[in-house]
Amino acid sequence: MSDVIMNEVRSRTYLDSVALMRLSRCIVDMADVVEAAVMMGTPSNKQIMADAGLLASEGQAAEAADLILGVRATTAKAAAAALAEINRLLDRPMGSRRAGETWRPKTIRAAVAALPDANFALISVPGDFATAEARNALHRGLHVMIFSDNVALEDELALKREARDLGLMVMGPDCGTAIINGVPLAFANKVPVGDIGIIGASGTGTQEISSLIGEGGRGISQAIGVGGRDLKEGIGGITTFMALDALDGDPETKHIVLISKPPSAAVVERIVERIGASTKTFTVCFIGLDELELPSNATFAPTLKSAAEAALGRAIDAGFDVEQHARPLGKGRRVRGLYSGGTLCAEAQVILRAAGQKVASNAPIPGVPGLNDENVDHIVIDLGADEYTRGKPHPMIDPTVRDEAILQAMSDPTVGIVLVDIVIGYGAHDDPAGHLVNSLPADRGNAPVVIASVTGTEDDPQQRSAQMKTLQRAGVIVAPSNADAVSLAVACLRASDKGENKCLP
Amino acid sequence: MEKIEQANQEAVRRMLEGDPVLVDVIPAAEAIPTLGEQTILHAGPPIEWARMCGPMRGAVTGIAVFEGWAPDLKTAGIMADSGEFSFHPNHHFDAVGPMTGMTTLSQPVLVVENRTFGNRAYCTINEGLGKVMRFGGNDEEVLNRLAWLRDDFGPAMGVALREMGGIPLKSLVARGLSMGDEMHQRNVACSGLTLRELAPVMARTAKDTTVLAKALAFIGGNDQFFLNIAMALGKSLMDPVRNIDGSSVVTAMSRNGTDFGIRVSGTGDTWFIAPVEMPEGLYFPGFTEADANPDMGDSTIIETIGLGGFAMGAAPAVAGFVGAGSASDAGNFTRTMGEITVGENPEWTIPAMDYLGVPVGIDIRLVVKTGLAPTINTGIAHREPGVGQVGAGVVRAPMACFEQSLVSFAESVGVA
Repeated sequence: MSDVIMNEVRSRTYLDSVALMRLSRCIVDMADVVEAAVMMGTPSNKQIMADAGLLASEGQAAEAADLILGVRATTAKAAAAALAEINRLLDRPMGSRRAGETWRPKTIRAAVAALPDANFALISVPGDFATAEARNALHRGLHVMIFSDNVALEDELALKREARDLGLMVMGPDCGTAIINGVPLAFANKVPVGDIGIIGASGTGTQEISSLIGEGGRGISQAIGVGGRDLKEGIGGITTFMALDALDGDPETKHIVLISKPPSAAVVERIVERIGASTKTFTVCFIGLDELELPSNATFAPTLKSAAEAALGRAIDAGFDVEQHARPLGKGRRVRGLYSGGTLCAEAQVILRAAGQKVASNAPIPGVPGLNDENVDHIVIDLGADEYTRGKPHPMIDPTVRDEAILQAMSDPTVGIVLVDIVIGYGAHDDPAGHLVNSLPADRGNAPVVIASVTGTEDDPQQRSAQMKTLQRAGVIVAPSNADAVSLAVACLRASDKGENKCLP
Repeated sequence: MEKIEQANQEAVRRMLEGDPVLVDVIPAAEAIPTLGEQTILHAGPPIEWARMCGPMRGAVTGIAVFEGWAPDLKTAGIMADSGEFSFHPNHHFDAVGPMTGMTTLSQPVLVVENRTFGNRAYCTINEGLGKVMRFGGNDEEVLNRLAWLRDDFGPAMGVALREMGGIPLKSLVARGLSMGDEMHQRNVACSGLTLRELAPVMARTAKDTTVLAKALAFIGGNDQFFLNIAMALGKSLMDPVRNIDGSSVVTAMSRNGTDFGIRVSGTGDTWFIAPVEMPEGLYFPGFTEADANPDMGDSTIIETIGLGGFAMGAAPAVAGFVGAGSASDAGNFTRTMGEITVGENPEWTIPAMDYLGVPVGIDIRLVVKTGLAPTINTGIAHREPGVGQVGAGVVRAPMACFEQSLVSFAESVGVA
């Protein structure tokens, strides 16, 4: 059986040959089509079509300014369909409607060349390469935020010293959150611009405080991340002190919140001294530390919520009465905290410990035992810790890592309360509340109470109120802050101890 | 480090200060006096007959017949087998050649003189499309055309060029860029501009209007006529950049259909060689990837000076050849090549990219660091000799060439 050759000629029609070659290629892929070409009818093109077995008499008669449509197919039907498709493609509006694919530079060198006024680089590459890239950025006059972790302490020190000599700041390594000039970077929330500055050695701590401030009606001038080790002895707070100087000198910043895990004693002493030298007011939250003597222009806050309140100058979320929501538990009386945010996990320990509850954690604050201690009632786990995230995304990005732990806790008869955090904002999962709700057992019966809080704002892509509604619809009790969630857990424990005979919903 | 940066700045300075002028067309024997009988210059790094690809072999036998060294193609093949021809890269003789790149003593060559540095570079005349020697064509039609180029066209063009004192090429290329050429796959504008310069003088100097008419029609009928001029231009610009101590700038990229080779300024005339890759592209009706010969030709000198794939942003029509690319993405190729180059050419600019200068001075360190190999726009030859061009597309220079050269370069600057 021989192939069917069909030609069609559009007279006085010119089209670019490359566009025509691309079009021809689409036709060749059609069923039963052997060969196809759309070419201008120049003598050399007609020869090419003849050699390819595509030229019929109509095409042969075409002139140089005519467009020849040629197909060869195994059936007449397929050939006709191919011609129809060519005509459809030719008659379709030309040009793509989408914007050109945006070019992204692959190197800092090219990025700086494309954006000569840039003064800030965010580095998120595997830790082994972060130091080299950070140094590269510094030498091009850029402040650097290093999102990467697994950077050696001596490299961090060297980078921060070099940067300081150049008058530049190194935020990080392992700096997860910053808001610079109103732009949220890495994991951060859409918070209004305002007059409160934050210096944070902790990502979720900064997120919780900035979100509570934002939801409380105020705003953030800058949120500067310094990296989890900056206030340790080895680094000595190089970036923290640069950030303190910067915010102290910033006319837009009226109040400064400093948040970190407890620094070394020597560093604390110098920080206290630096704060005392400032005319601005400060809130200091060294999460895990119960109290600290500070100059008169500074307030110590033991929790993230109290830090936000100190910054706002008033109590927040008065509408949520912990005692009113408290209810006695069933047989299970243990609290299981399953956190994606490390500082939220630390805050939970602070509150449980302050309430006299015996708690252990894989990321213990000072005075709290590790998980191998069996003489405890409650366990709070930081699922963002290395042992859970090795080779996997952080639970704020992909909450799957928490699913199994939740199922296990929900079916543990000794557990009475499951405490969880939902962290939203840029960088986070697009629907962490929905994910959590789906991971809960459908029929919970006597299963533990689930208490959650949502860290974020109404303006975040996931929208805080929408996330809260999703949780509430699934029977999750939603507190306005992590501190309130933990306080509610404590209140439930107390209500149960009193033996009040209220039934769970 | 500082020394390398300075050396590379010097390399780019020499590239940008070059003043290439098309001055003449003369027989290769006159241009390259050391070119002897039975000596064949070919494209790419050195290669012996046994390893040559199909089209290259086809061209060798054809040119041997053309030069009268063999009575027929078969005998030429036997002579090649028994080692009677001596093969050398064009690059070793101030020359370049497209695709198979055959250069032998009686062929006419275009002469481009770099007036800043006084050096000259040579390239044969583009034969047009279809069955041609650069794609391995070797039948009577091909050889007759070569004879006409030698006997009629070359002398006519040479007389005109001498009469007019040459055609300055730098500004001509600048205008071509603004008219949508990138000088490798697309030379429509530059070919036309060249014809506009040549035609009046050729008309004045012609001895025979029949020859003149045919010569002008020949130029007018070949969209790629300027390609070979651009190649000689490229060679003339890059030769003064060779042997700058401590410079990591590429001075030549070239392929012989089997190997891809590069030369780097700081490592002298050493070729760093790796197997050539297959181009990705669009094929003429009746042909597919299965028919394609691997990448070939000295024409990558075009990319070496910042044109071709490096100037894709100037030629959106060409960007369509790239598998998934769209015309609106053409500028991305140019910007990406900016990641591996030392500077930009302020005279060769791309209007659609807000007059961004084409990226110049390929730095082997940046290629290896970024993992971005130079993008090359190329024609695709049939793998069998004598068939000709079957498509056009894009190919990457093999990364192995750059890795090898970097090791050697590091030794040359004493950091290995």
